[in-house]
Amino acid sequence: MRTRFQQQMEELREKLLRMGGLAELAVDRACQAYTERDLTRCQLVLENESLINAAEREIDELAFDILATQQPAAVDLRFILAVTKINADLERVGDQAVNIAERVMDMIELPAVELPVDIPRMATAVSAMVRRALESFVEGKAELAQAVLEMDHVVDRMRDEAFIVLVRRMNEEPQVTQQALDALLVARNLERVADHSTNIAEDVIFWVLGADVRHHAQSVSAAPAPRSESAH
Amino acid sequence: MGVGITVERLNAFYGKTQALFDINISVLANHATALIGPSGCGKSTFIRCLNRMHETIPEARVEGTVRIGDFSVYNGTSATQLRRRVGMVFQKANPFPTMSIYDNVAAGLKLNGFRKRKELNEIVERSLRSSALFDEVKDFLHKKSGASLSGGQQQRLCIARALAVQPEVLLMDEPCSALDPISTGKIEELIFQLKEQYTIVIVTHNMQQAARVAEFTGFFLLGKMIEFDKTEKVFTNPSDKRTEDYVTGRFG
Repeated sequence: MRTRFQQQMEELREKLLRMGGLAELAVDRACQAYTERDLTRCQLVLENESLINAAEREIDELAFDILATQQPAAVDLRFILAVTKINADLERVGDQAVNIAERVMDMIELPAVELPVDIPRMATAVSAMVRRALESFVEGKAELAQAVLEMDHVVDRMRDEAFIVLVRRMNEEPQVTQQALDALLVARNLERVADHSTNIAEDVIFWVLGADVRHHAQSVSAAPAPRSESAH
Repeated sequence: MGVGITVERLNAFYGKTQALFDINISVLANHATALIGPSGCGKSTFIRCLNRMHETIPEARVEGTVRIGDFSVYNGTSATQLRRRVGMVFQKANPFPTMSIYDNVAAGLKLNGFRKRKELNEIVERSLRSSALFDEVKDFLHKKSGASLSGGQQQRLCIARALAVQPEVLLMDEPCSALDPISTGKIEELIFQLKEQYTIVIVTHNMQQAARVAEFTGFFLLGKMIEFDKTEKVFTNPSDKRTEDYVTGRFG
């Protein structure tokens, strides 16, 4: 047993989980800030971005060290590749949360208007995707990751619907264009978070099954069955 | 040119102890195939069965079929004939210590009665060039003994000696385990070039070496071939849990 190597792998896993927690919190805070028009939460999201960025660098450094010194193979190699990619996606999730928070800060300065779009519902779906993608990583389970991939279509549809109704509203009432545009951009940011969650889920499937399901390259059902109950 | 190797239901014994169990494998011509596995797993026994070195040990015996190209190894062929077609390089470089560098390379041919001086010179030079040693020794081919070379050079001399008889298959049993990284790099580079002309089977304890030099890798455990597949598959996503545990260092 390679004790030092196993310790480093566990450390990498823990760092990524902490990073995941930060990114998840950022999205939840940004969504709550939108719903409650809460400036304080917006500021928290902006302040915590530096923590996410620092975590990203730490994870990359550790992964780089392990690759350079331990020559990992098979499931360990797939794990490290998956971690580095998930790391980049989580950092982008953090960026999207910042974008939403900045949009909300703009919105708060304008009069509130009723818009025919259910951003909180979309936010709930997107948060669930982030959470489930991270759970699939924690558990090392491809089935959980597969469920995330299936949720992406739902969020895409929500974004498309939001686009249609908000553009119509802008045409009908040009005086609410700014608010409607902000809501539309938030919907787009949320959809991007969903895309990153999908990427994370694909990387978990790659780690656990060794299957590349990106761009429908291989379906999970066609992938080799996992040899053990979980990858770790 | 190299030829393929087909092994069917190979069992090997040391007296009453069975060392290999029902090995089946097809080695592609002009490719490098690596055999990995923990000590005592049977990988060295296996390659020694390919050129009938196994039977040189008292009470050792083999059952099953081995074909080198269209040549049946255990069916009426003499070991001498066979070993002209199947060269072997060992863990520890073993040049003939009292012979010059030239005579080391020419030894196999001379032993087979080859006496044409001009052709012999050409073969010795070609073999030393093939083993990437010629430029380092060309000025004292007859003056220095094989034993006077460095460990890495001695190993390349042994490779040249094996190549001189123009084999079709080159077996290498941990050829770099006693060498420093620079010499190891040279041998690995050599393997890469040699497989254009020869079929190479290499036993190695160094998994990174297997990953670097071989297109195919076989994993042995307790005398059985657990997995045989493309090298990238074995090192990125092996089919058998035991292979994965070995290549990830969880045992062995």
